[in-house]
Amino acid sequence: MQQRTPIEEQIDLPFIESLRISFQSLKIRFGRSIITTAGITLGIAFLVSVWMNNEIGLALQESGRQSTINTFEETAEQGISTKDIWLIIMSLIVCVVGIANSMLMAVTERFREIGTMKCLGALDGFVVRLFLLESGFQGFSGALIGALIGTLGAVLLGLKDYGLDLFFYFPLLPSSPEDGPMQLGVIVIILLGCILGMILAVIGSSFPAWRAAKLPPAEAMRTEV
Amino acid sequence: MADIVVKTEDVVKEYRMGSNILRALDGINIEIERGEYISLMGPSGSGKSTLFNMIGALDRPTEGRVYIDGQNMSQLSQKQIAAFRCHRVGYIFQSYNLLHVRSAHGNVTLPMIFAGISEKQRNEKAEKLLDMVGLGDRMYHLPDELSGGQRQRVAIARALANDPSIILADEPTANLDTITGREIIDLIKRLNIEQGVTVISATHDLKMLDVSDRIVDIRDGLVERIRNRDEIEIEVGEVGGEGE
Ligand SMILES: Nc1ncnc2c1ncn2[C@@H]1O[C@H](COP(=O)(O)OP(=O)(O)O)[C@@H](O)[C@H]1O
Ligand SMILES: [Mg+2]
Repeated sequence: MQQRTPIEEQIDLPFIESLRISFQSLKIRFGRSIITTAGITLGIAFLVSVWMNNEIGLALQESGRQSTINTFEETAEQGISTKDIWLIIMSLIVCVVGIANSMLMAVTERFREIGTMKCLGALDGFVVRLFLLESGFQGFSGALIGALIGTLGAVLLGLKDYGLDLFFYFPLLPSSPEDGPMQLGVIVIILLGCILGMILAVIGSSFPAWRAAKLPPAEAMRTEV
Repeated sequence: MADIVVKTEDVVKEYRMGSNILRALDGINIEIERGEYISLMGPSGSGKSTLFNMIGALDRPTEGRVYIDGQNMSQLSQKQIAAFRCHRVGYIFQSYNLLHVRSAHGNVTLPMIFAGISEKQRNEKAEKLLDMVGLGDRMYHLPDELSGGQRQRVAIARALANDPSIILADEPTANLDTITGREIIDLIKRLNIEQGVTVISATHDLKMLDVSDRIVDIRDGLVERIRNRDEIEIEVGEVGGEGE
């Protein structure tokens, strides 16, 4: 233990170690992970249900059906109305803000953990990768559940408005351009919802994690939540 | 010539709070020899933790230099600093700073994971260390399931994981009762004697006095005086008698 050689560079950890550590962390913090994930689920469920409700409306409109209770709006023209666009944008904003907030809180309460890991020799990149993996997994699973719940909601609403006709004209796949305005279809919306949820979760968590990882450990460990 | 393991040169640390600048360290010069047990003493707010952070590369000084093993710490790359924290220093904190998502065993293995040690080796080492600190039967408990003294023992085992040459302890007994605190001090002292690790401990716990080789009194970010062991022994009597 006498006079040692000059200080070497810290090694990069193999990916599998990061994966193990992040899953272990998700497992032990299960309760807290569920709450964070629920934030993502809610945001995506809201967005997908509004969006899909609109999609279903369009599909049935094209088929010549009218909603039985669509009273305050006579949609003479085909396509998405301004009101619907507004609704979709609003739900998108709610979704973005909700997910970003829930990830930000989840990271902030772990600043101390980040500082501690750096004391033990973690590289900044490792810390960020850990949060990337955790949030990617949370984002995808939360968003998938959310998209399914949103779809269910839209289908129930559709049943109420159009009855069983819904299933004859159900817009499962994207429409082809010659059948009027382009529609994405249910499957694509679910996929987009999952991707969006995952991207938002990953950005919402790795950005604050990156900022915390850049801090000197003394600063990160001082943070009280 | 003595084997100097830590040397600080005119270390200044300022904290900026709005338009105020607080000078937490005001030019600290100390030299610490390999194998020493040094206590940084001083009232709360005197700058002990700040100095601890500078020596442990947990923060950067505003001015001045810190040398460890003759190496100027401000010249190290990010990756070298991470390796330094991983291999050369073991940190012990007042509030333990265990990762609450990992068991005692998982906390002790983490620095070894960062060091790239094989799973088999790190499990063996973690078991050995936890045995040594008296937690052989509590290895797979989460920190939340352990008492304060037990948590601090896990922290000590974790600090030793990569055979550091320096143990930095920031008020390791401040959250513990007298008896538990005494046990923790004895444990750290034992490592100092048996394994030759240099111990640098911030404290205002008088129990730390009689195990220290030297005591550095810090006041308002300055070294007020440095006392040797022989001077200390006289004063322990005084403390028992009259206080300050
Ligand atoms: N990150 C910080 N930001 C602002 N002020 C700080 C910070 N850390 C410490 N201080 C101030 O620096 C002084 C020294 O603090 P510290 O080193 O923690 O003292 P000690 O450990 O001896 O109690 C105190 O006045 C404290 O409030
Ligand atoms: Mg302190």
